[in-house]
Amino acid sequence: MATVNPDDRLYSEEHEWALDNGDGTITMGITDHAQELLTDIVYVELPEVGKKVKQMEPVAVVESVKSVSDVYSPVSGDVAEVNDALEDQPELINEDPYGEGWIARITMDEPAELDRLMEAAAYTVMIEEEEDEEE
Amino acid sequence: MKRTPLYDRHIRLGARIIDFGGWDMPVQYTTVIEEHKATRQAAGLFDICHMGEIDVKGSGAFDFLQIVMSRNLEGQKEGTMRLSVMTTEQGGVIDDLTIYLIEDNWYRIVTNAGTKDKDLAWMVKLKDKRGFTGVEIVDMSDAIGKVDIQGPESHAVLAPLVRDDVTSLKYYHFIETVIEDIPVLVSRSGYTGEDGFEIYGDADNIGEVWDTLLAAGADRGLLPVGLGARDTLRLESGFMLYGNDMDETTTPLEVTYGWVSNLEKDFVGSDILRKQREEGVKKKLVGFEMLDRGIARHGYKVFKDGSEVGEVTSGTFAPTVGKAIGMAFVPPSLKEPGTEIDIHIRSKSAKAKIVGIPFYKRKKT
Repeated sequence: MATVNPDDRLYSEEHEWALDNGDGTITMGITDHAQELLTDIVYVELPEVGKKVKQMEPVAVVESVKSVSDVYSPVSGDVAEVNDALEDQPELINEDPYGEGWIARITMDEPAELDRLMEAAAYTVMIEEEEDEEE
Repeated sequence: MKRTPLYDRHIRLGARIIDFGGWDMPVQYTTVIEEHKATRQAAGLFDICHMGEIDVKGSGAFDFLQIVMSRNLEGQKEGTMRLSVMTTEQGGVIDDLTIYLIEDNWYRIVTNAGTKDKDLAWMVKLKDKRGFTGVEIVDMSDAIGKVDIQGPESHAVLAPLVRDDVTSLKYYHFIETVIEDIPVLVSRSGYTGEDGFEIYGDADNIGEVWDTLLAAGADRGLLPVGLGARDTLRLESGFMLYGNDMDETTTPLEVTYGWVSNLEKDFVGSDILRKQREEGVKKKLVGFEMLDRGIARHGYKVFKDGSEVGEVTSGTFAPTVGKAIGMAFVPPSLKEPGTEIDIHIRSKSAKAKIVGIPFYKRKKT
């Protein structure tokens, strides 16, 4: 699958992306690969603004017709903003996972945590390996 | 893991495969919503080879099935089918199934996939116990393949391919005919709430039937449809799924199978069911739709005024209705449409209200 994962951001092993806004916050969402596996996202449970999250702990829930999946926070911190548009248009995640389909903005507790995430190239290799294993 | 004769075709069509009751089955080819909509608006083609077919025939077959099945089979005509359940001595549902009368004392029982072996063992045991020596029970499941074509365009796709007339074929009637020289049994029936047909043929050449229908339906918008959309289609139309909405701990009166349970005759479990009818059921399966945001799923708990009162059996986002819907067991006092209930979705409580089943009804033409 010819997925292009933008190289302006970092990626988690659980298929989230984090874009460093340079102001102590990151914007996060799920990757194109993740939305492709889920297909037809019909519901997103967003966190409350102000909620405290830990790195790689659940911050949101996305549901397709068939399945329920946790979305993990790529960093520890406070939820600063959520993408309310997803309440009425959860399909934005399918249509534009790296843009209009963003899920939340998080104020980082510990910016050094970003080092535990992957660059786009490494993430692309990881999902290709996962796909090979499935065959 | 078991595979149907169509497995290689699913792979070539790019299907995503899941384990369904020990079978490798396609859950979706494109997306659940696209396949669901194709079936509602045009036509869908389904691999149903995994389901079981058990022939019951010979002298005494009718009398035997009158004892095994909840449905009264008296007056059933050749070429018609009836929906029924089998119940345990305690009145619990062993399976829900359709009964085709092929000819006098020759019935074909179509069972769910995961329950076929259990059904077969149950029937054989009862036959021996009750001394029906003239009755023959034959597992035809491996020899028979099955595909369903469902949706408003299904008749237009199928009719030109079939030697005999299917246009005048009534709902829950069937004929034995051929599709391009391949012998098939075609019934007008299904599990989607749309007009449609269930087609049975030899497992060896069911692939040719599948290919023929897929090619013939392409310019009418027919798509192959996986189990994902099969589930949303059946739920919108108010059909229950064995193992989800009922099992051996549930009686037909507690779910929506009172109408297939003839308590004027004696069958296995009928004593208990008559008693339950008199005393009233303690839980009842109802439909609900979500009022708050969220999707209720199988196993989520139902609350009323802070007390746990029941459990969700099926729940999904319904593509045609455009709402989150489901079925749940509630006390009979809460079964009336309009009654509000709370469903715990993860850590939150979400409001829902009881509604009538089905959630979706096609416009009859």
